[in-house]
Amino acid sequence: MALEALTRRRTGASTPDPVTGAESPSAPARPPVRTIPLRTRLRRDRSLLLMVLPAVTLLVVFAYVPMLGNVIAWQQYSPYTGFLHSTYVGWVNFERVFTNPLFLNAVENTLVITAFQLVFFFPVPIVLALLLNSVLSPRVRTTIQSIVYLPHFFSWVLVVTIFQQIFGGAGLVNQTLRDHGLAGFDMMTNPDTFLVLLTMQSIWKDAGWGIIIFLAALSTVSPEHYEAAAVDGANRWRRMWHVTLPAMRPVIVLLLILRLGDSLTVGFEQLILQRDAVGTGVAEVIDTYVYYQGVVYTDWSFAAAAGLVKGVVSLLLVLGANKLAHVFGEAGVYKRA
Amino acid sequence: MSGTSQEITAEASFLPADVARHETDGTRPAPRRRRGSKHRPVWEERPTPFGLALKGLVLAVVVLAILFPLWTVVLTSFSTQAETIRAGGLVTVPGELTISAYTQILSGGVVTRATLVSIGITAVGTVIATTVSVLAAYGLSRPGSVLHRPILFVFLITMFFGAGLIPTYLLVSSLGLINSYWALILPGAVSAFNVLILRSFFMGIDQSILDAARIDGAGDWRILGRIVLPMSKAAVAVVALFYGVGYWNAFFNAILYINDNAKWPLQLVLRSYVLQGVSLPGSGTGQVDVATGAVTGLPIQMAVMVLAIVPILLVYPFVQRHFTKGVIFGAIKG
Repeated sequence: MALEALTRRRTGASTPDPVTGAESPSAPARPPVRTIPLRTRLRRDRSLLLMVLPAVTLLVVFAYVPMLGNVIAWQQYSPYTGFLHSTYVGWVNFERVFTNPLFLNAVENTLVITAFQLVFFFPVPIVLALLLNSVLSPRVRTTIQSIVYLPHFFSWVLVVTIFQQIFGGAGLVNQTLRDHGLAGFDMMTNPDTFLVLLTMQSIWKDAGWGIIIFLAALSTVSPEHYEAAAVDGANRWRRMWHVTLPAMRPVIVLLLILRLGDSLTVGFEQLILQRDAVGTGVAEVIDTYVYYQGVVYTDWSFAAAAGLVKGVVSLLLVLGANKLAHVFGEAGVYKRA
Repeated sequence: MSGTSQEITAEASFLPADVARHETDGTRPAPRRRRGSKHRPVWEERPTPFGLALKGLVLAVVVLAILFPLWTVVLTSFSTQAETIRAGGLVTVPGELTISAYTQILSGGVVTRATLVSIGITAVGTVIATTVSVLAAYGLSRPGSVLHRPILFVFLITMFFGAGLIPTYLLVSSLGLINSYWALILPGAVSAFNVLILRSFFMGIDQSILDAARIDGAGDWRILGRIVLPMSKAAVAVVALFYGVGYWNAFFNAILYINDNAKWPLQLVLRSYVLQGVSLPGSGTGQVDVATGAVTGLPIQMAVMVLAIVPILLVYPFVQRHFTKGVIFGAIKG
């Protein structure tokens, strides 16, 4: 029995793996047989289950319990009574959310920022990756790569502070302008240029990191394709158009769709750091609004309702975007079931 | 916050596994050689001088845009107060250099304490998070093991649907973790994304080696410790870096859960005393000299910033070359 369990160990299931889509390597060609009783399998895999236990516990406590905690969106929640004993008020909080001009302003700001970043931030890593890929010396290329990845690992506090030191009212740029008798401008507090500022910060921090995936896609292109295209008389631009860009297409579509699915989330920390300096008119997004209504003004149920609306709409957007990816014949975020 | 849809992982199937190798080696899939130009393939045209200059210019601007701010911040932190006043703010050309800003902030004040807090949270958090994730990833990586499918699902759901800020906050506060460092460590200790990176790495290990070990009588713990871990140093290093950077940079969780400013980590000190210009107790930081408009105490502020950067710069070179592998295995992090 022990030997049989050993040889048939964990080969019972040969259906594709739900995450990687890969057949399990040791899966036999014959159809799956599950003759080992569950009790035996539990005993056999007890150390594996033990290994997963701490992570599952953490997830249950810090991800699933709060999911249930969302019931307070239907309650008149008070921290003193707790969510078990607070009274249920139906959809009142949601009605408040949807009729609240401040929330609608936050939604609008979120969408505007997302749209702006989609147009001005999204293409930057692609262009950078193309440019970097055309650098022929490996040493130069890897050096530049190490430098452009770096800001991704800085905190938003650091990035915003750096921008303030350079572009702020007393910053480097303004000092230089004033030294030359020109009028200064405080970019950090100007609502009109806030979108530009946000996008510049995002580009500075993450455009370099964004190129990783494109460079990886480019490195899979076989040089023979370029050679063949060159022999057929394609110049460098046509080679880029007909060989390089098609190689990047799946990644571009995937990232674009992911971004669309993620439209309601814009940098939380980036915005909360600058919200006060610029004003809530342009800098209040859904996430910061929920934070202020809930944690700062302790309107818990209302804020939970607003957060839940965002969470559900985001989920639908992701699922919808993924569906779209399948329609376009791309792999999407997860495999088709 | 964990669990936002930003962390969704993607199918890596469009990228063959050998991508990672080429990228990390910094080599190309095939050598392109030509007389006169070491790397250019025979069939490729010579670049025009104009094109070459343009390309060089753009890349130089990109590199400078990243390095220049760091240069001036570091330089200012090593400058004297007088030097910053002469420069009217940040120092861009080296003049009189001193380490007095560092001796001042590291001599036991607010910044010293915050630095120690940040180091402690990062160290403890990274060890816990990495350990828990490696165990979970291995536990889920053995094909056909009992219950691994439903458990995997438990992880996947957290990547698509976050519980939301308010219920999470209320949970942490009802667990009595407000003002506790555990509030900064535990909620972010497991990222499904990182677990999946590790899991796909572990699943890529040749099954026959593991089977051989099993026949020799090794249990799962021994296989993980003696075979899988030594073979996955790169992936574990990248995941540990992701966790470590997350803890070091943790700012929003600290705003939420740490009200007592004696317990502030470095990022909150940075925001308060540098970004918002609140006066740092006993150092005169952040006072604006009305006559010149120059911020006095600038070297001290910049020294705090450098403190926040240094740990990243210390670890970065060792892990950097593994990034692509780590990222490609988990595919995309938005």
